[in-house]
Amino acid sequence: MSRIAATFARLQEQGRKALIPFITAGDPEPGITVPTMHAMVEAGASILELGVPFSDPMADGPVIQHASERALKHHVGLRDVLAMVKQFRHQDSQTPVVLMGYLNPIEVMGYEAFASAALEAGVDGVLTVDMPPEEGSELAAALRSHDIDTIFLLAPTTGEARIQRICDQASGFVYYVSVKGITGSASLDTDEVARRLDLIRSKTSLPVGVGFGIKDGASAARVAKMADAVIVGSALVSRFEALQHESDKIPAQAAAFISELRTAMDE
Amino acid sequence: MSNDSRFKALLDLPDAQGHFGPYGGIFASETLMEALDALRQAYDHYKHDGEFLAELDYELRHFVGRPSPIYHARRWSEKLGGAQIWLKREDLNHTGAHKINNTVGQALLARRMGKQRIIAETGAGQHGVATATVTARYGMECVVYMGAEDIQRQKINVYRMRVLGARVEAVTSGTQTLKDALNEAMRDWVTNVDDTFYIIGTVAGPHPYPAMVRDFQAVIGREARAQIQQETGKLPDALVACVGGGSNAIGLFHPFLADDDVAFYGVEGGGLGLDSGQHAAPLCAGKPGVLHGNRTYLMEDQDGQITGTHSISAGLDYPGVGPEHAWLKDTGRANYVIATDDEAMAAFHELSRTEGIIPALESSHALAYAAKLAPTMKKDQIIVVNLSGRGDKDIHTVARLEGIEV
Repeated sequence: MSRIAATFARLQEQGRKALIPFITAGDPEPGITVPTMHAMVEAGASILELGVPFSDPMADGPVIQHASERALKHHVGLRDVLAMVKQFRHQDSQTPVVLMGYLNPIEVMGYEAFASAALEAGVDGVLTVDMPPEEGSELAAALRSHDIDTIFLLAPTTGEARIQRICDQASGFVYYVSVKGITGSASLDTDEVARRLDLIRSKTSLPVGVGFGIKDGASAARVAKMADAVIVGSALVSRFEALQHESDKIPAQAAAFISELRTAMDE
Repeated sequence: MSNDSRFKALLDLPDAQGHFGPYGGIFASETLMEALDALRQAYDHYKHDGEFLAELDYELRHFVGRPSPIYHARRWSEKLGGAQIWLKREDLNHTGAHKINNTVGQALLARRMGKQRIIAETGAGQHGVATATVTARYGMECVVYMGAEDIQRQKINVYRMRVLGARVEAVTSGTQTLKDALNEAMRDWVTNVDDTFYIIGTVAGPHPYPAMVRDFQAVIGREARAQIQQETGKLPDALVACVGGGSNAIGLFHPFLADDDVAFYGVEGGGLGLDSGQHAAPLCAGKPGVLHGNRTYLMEDQDGQITGTHSISAGLDYPGVGPEHAWLKDTGRANYVIATDDEAMAAFHELSRTEGIIPALESSHALAYAAKLAPTMKKDQIIVVNLSGRGDKDIHTVARLEGIEV
């Protein structure tokens, strides 16, 4: 069983939901990423989503754009991100790590080379924001042959037939983007999310994570009642922005926020 | 058009998923996928709709001022001592460039799709002005995204857009230029996808934009093909056009695709020269990658990060290029070359002095290459250069570079 499937199975046994924090690798400086990953796991994160910095993050709001810019000041590229995962794996062989980013860095490395390097580093899943399933069969095949899950986004605008098509190609879990917009945008509409999750669940048995619009313990707890996983990005990354000049405080502060969400979700 | 053209198959592109060979496609956020599909369906329908085409034709005649003339630059051709140079006068269109051919088409489509809010990205401001112009004409709301750096460089166009009733939003992310304006327009579209139509200004972006913008710009080549035959009794030997995103070039080239004896030259912004790294020439010096919704040649570093570009002309200052150009390069149908900043400046002055036509700095790149090509050809041969825009907007830039306060 893959690390991702095993994690969802274990949580289900415990009657708990997955908490998936997103951080941008190398933000605000490369040395802080791996310690922060460990601290978040310690505080109750179930799966880690690691953003691969990109010069043109079209689907991201200002908070995550700035995180990418801070990492790029240190020239953090895909190879560096893989090295961070590898380093993380020295101490943690359990917690799944999902890379999230844009296609071009993978395109430049080459699909096969990337899949094989990702497996070697200990990556469990890959989510490519600008690669819909229509264009993704080659990359998905390369990842599958290295036992890496291909995670796809579903949006409020995704129609029923398309949800089916995407779920058929997805593995690990599917990620429901709860609002129309970029990362870090407005609050989510819980009733609407619940309706969409019912529709998605009628098409797939994969766990469904919900992201976008989760800002605090209360919104995390609300989503945890409906979804299999709660994904938090901008609300977490904005704390990195605030601490960019005292980055040694980041692991503890990130852990404190994760712990707050975990507690609210488990109540 | 000959039936045994080696390049006939190129006329059928893109395929149903928007591919030109390995290029093009749809690399977009999931939130936009259904909207892109709706746009594709609407465009596939209306491009064969008689009423739509008749309205488009009417608007192009009466609002834009088409057909644009084709002009024999006799004095300049004589001076160069080789082929005869003819200029396709897109500079004479309303708003002063070819951009409006496309914004009229997309605005008419947006109206039929019931979208009242229009967004656009702009670099030099020409596409922004062309968009603001048509939204004023049709009574639509208009928001134009423009890099903060470009807003500083192109103050007159910013004010023109405001006079026309558009809101100009400064983009302060990334390099604060065209590529970042495009990113920001995409973000707006994702957020307001239900009521908003995104008018992309060039033959890039996810399918169906590269094909749709090309079709709206192909009026340039259709007219030029008929006009040059009428004036000279034959087809030209070569076509020359500047390439930023590549819309004026593809508009000129496309109707000649299966005329194998007509050579194509796309001229990229050579900046300070390819060796300097300070240029905007992805086809000449870049590699294939994925950006802004399509696979194409890009200027990027070894990590796949998009690198900054440099060109004297803001309209060429873009690190990607339309996917159809990428395929025309790989198939050998078109040649892609550069003109440097200095060469473009020289051509700017040369055409102004010799023919009484002040060209846009973008178009000056095409002219600069034509000036190199013509002397290598015979006097009875013909080059058609797309004079894609007029130079009024560049007067301040040129004056400043020459140390003159205007």
